[in-house]
Amino acid sequence: MSGASVLYDVPGPKAKVRNRIYSVLGALAVLALIGFIVLRLSANGDFDPARWDIFNYAGVRNSIRDGVLATLQVFAIAAVLSLAVGVLLAVARLSDHRPVRWLATGFIELFRSIPLLITIYAIWVLLLNNRTELGLSDNQPQFWALVIGLTVYNGSVQAEVLRAGILSVPKGQREAAYALGMRKTQVMTTVLIPQAVRAMLPTIISQLVVTLKDTSLGYIITYEELLYSTRLLAGNTTVGGENPYVQVIIVTGAIYIAMCLALSALANWIERRGRRAKTGIGVVEAGDVGNAGALTAAVAAEAAADTTADTAN
Amino acid sequence: MNVLLDYLPEFRAGFLGTLAITAASAVIALVLGVLIAGFRVSPIPPLRAFGTAWVTLLRNTPLTLLFLIAFFVVPKILFQGASPFVLGMLALGLYTSSFVCEAIRSGISTVPVGQAEAARSIGLSFTQTLRLIVLPQATRTVLPPLSSIFIALTKNSAVAGAFSVTELFGYAKLLSDKGYAIAVIFLWVALAYLLITFAISGVFRLLERRMGVAR
Amino acid sequence: MRMRKTAAAGAVVLALAATATACGGKSGSAGDKAAAADVYSHDYTPAKNVKLDSAVLKAAQKKGHITIGVKADQPFLGFYDTGTKKYSGFDIEIAKMVAADLGFSTKQITFTTVDSNARETKISSGDVDFFVGTYTINVERKKQVGFAGPYYTAGADLLVRKEDKSITGPKSLRGKKVCSIKGSTPLQEIKKAQYGTSETLELSKYSECVTKLLDGSVNAVTTDDAILKGFAAERPGKLRVVDQPFTKEPYGVGLNKDDKVLREAITKALENHIANGDYEKAYKGTLGKSGSKFVKPQTPLPRG
Repeated sequence: MSGASVLYDVPGPKAKVRNRIYSVLGALAVLALIGFIVLRLSANGDFDPARWDIFNYAGVRNSIRDGVLATLQVFAIAAVLSLAVGVLLAVARLSDHRPVRWLATGFIELFRSIPLLITIYAIWVLLLNNRTELGLSDNQPQFWALVIGLTVYNGSVQAEVLRAGILSVPKGQREAAYALGMRKTQVMTTVLIPQAVRAMLPTIISQLVVTLKDTSLGYIITYEELLYSTRLLAGNTTVGGENPYVQVIIVTGAIYIAMCLALSALANWIERRGRRAKTGIGVVEAGDVGNAGALTAAVAAEAAADTTADTAN
Repeated sequence: MNVLLDYLPEFRAGFLGTLAITAASAVIALVLGVLIAGFRVSPIPPLRAFGTAWVTLLRNTPLTLLFLIAFFVVPKILFQGASPFVLGMLALGLYTSSFVCEAIRSGISTVPVGQAEAARSIGLSFTQTLRLIVLPQATRTVLPPLSSIFIALTKNSAVAGAFSVTELFGYAKLLSDKGYAIAVIFLWVALAYLLITFAISGVFRLLERRMGVAR
Repeated sequence: MRMRKTAAAGAVVLALAATATACGGKSGSAGDKAAAADVYSHDYTPAKNVKLDSAVLKAAQKKGHITIGVKADQPFLGFYDTGTKKYSGFDIEIAKMVAADLGFSTKQITFTTVDSNARETKISSGDVDFFVGTYTINVERKKQVGFAGPYYTAGADLLVRKEDKSITGPKSLRGKKVCSIKGSTPLQEIKKAQYGTSETLELSKYSECVTKLLDGSVNAVTTDDAILKGFAAERPGKLRVVDQPFTKEPYGVGLNKDDKVLREAITKALENHIANGDYEKAYKGTLGKSGSKFVKPQTPLPRG
């Protein structure tokens, strides 16, 4: 936070004392809040070892592990597909042919504006109603509904991110490529897209974090991902007559946060590497909404501000 | 087409429900977002740490899990017997507040350094600098991302439908369970959401134009 | 630097979770033993050479296994133990009996959990071959799915906290908060103005309603007495069933609307097992344990 230090002076002796008092008071307030939560929960018996003992059972651990695996499975496929769809849609939206452009724009705008939950649900019902024609068995409709839903939504968002990236590549690059006698496809695939991807990588990865989080929407169509299976686990286990919702939620939350942080760490690592390369194109800071000033073209800056905020889903 | 006419009261209730929960959580998100952004740039380390923890935890947790926390953990601590609307509003508001906070924080960093320096040199304190000089100027750059965040909030409110809050998704599901063609329902619900999201981006465009001052 | 630290913390948590899940742990089902243990379970002898002109059955025979939709969150009825990965309860027994008469052994059954609000979609789309899970037969549902049975008649009732003496039946619900499952029949009944409930909470699992009841967010949970008795039996010190049923909920086996042959076969299977005593044994080993009395269903079952 480079801006922060500008907001206040280097504290003098008086301000130092005052800041110290505020620090203590602030720390006390935060501690009091945490203490209050812990106290209330322990009054309810939520820190009773017996309630946490459930995690010592192999069956419980296996169902959590299976949930994590199911989540990662959907995420892996949806991530790859959404990137592929994103590239296709971005290129289509920048196409010279008007119908292609319109079609891509319509697709992107439609799926970006409908809640993902509804998209997934609708796709699921469609798949179920045509399951014999499509040759889907048992749990496949759930799996594919989730994958396709995540793909069309995140693909649309990734397309906008990539488009902003392509527009941010200096005009000279494209002109130089054409001057060398490259064809449209060549310019796109060998000059524009690689640079766009590098410029937008952090944003692309923070959208992947969103994809990972959104796999939890699979509960609506009974796909047994992490959240669904731990919810069932909490509902079907009783300890002393109560369901261990608090315990299961804490563990599930920790796993999700760890997975997302691992992905974000990847984004930050790539960002740092990207900065080292001297390409003349700035890297948009991951998740730093509105801070698209690093982009060269003004149009791209606007588009990026628009799309980076989409990761707010 | 008949689906809409036959179930108009449900559709209206769902539409208004989506509007209500979106508006209520938007207010919470805005207030908390500004406050936490203030924490994150303040000179007091514990508050900064609190702000960082807040954003990290909320941004990396699936919304559905936050709903579960609001419904099964929060009542054990506070708000015993609160209505599903209040709890849903809490989950959506807190979740969105982390995104609002980040948008405002990067907005603050786009305000020219000289502005804050000038404010300090005429003797304004940290809160005064933030409140009178920096935040009003940050508003302009924060508006476009805020518009997107509120559109995302509108869409996220669909999750509340599974937690006893009346809104559009509940309506879609009701009709689908009754066996109506999903494509038709999908179209109507999509139109309703488009209406809300267009309204939001329209309002923000208006605000942008009113606040757009050449620097 | 800060990011590196959080990343490291994240990696540590992931590693901990991985090691925790990787190496064994205690076996058996976690939590209270009373509820999960000793639920009656029996394997029925499958019939040989079943030849019926049923599209659903033929497809299942070709696959070599039959897919049955059940509930997973109702103790003593349809309950999934996440520890042992097994389904148990009265509805599960009924499903196994029917499957046996259709020529499928217990091993050839694939149970899938179907939530209440997805039942019609799942059955009419053929995602499950048939569905056994506290499924009330009514006119509206008959438009979408076919029913065999009823094999059991339950009634909507109320589950309340043990110390709460103010609720004595549906008439005493004025100004109270009631929780149930989205789209369930008792909920639609209790929403009628005559009961004057102040608020209804609609969640997607009964166990979530029970949690809301225990933490004081709602005053009562309403659904069929059979389901409620299971939850009360799990927590005898905390909950009780009011025992004033105010509706009749005939449970049927849900199946494809157009497959009349399958419907007849399932009806016959139910009659067969009611007559030979399997039904009574299954009932006493499951629902009977939660305090419900045994009433033999009237046979022959309706075929209209």
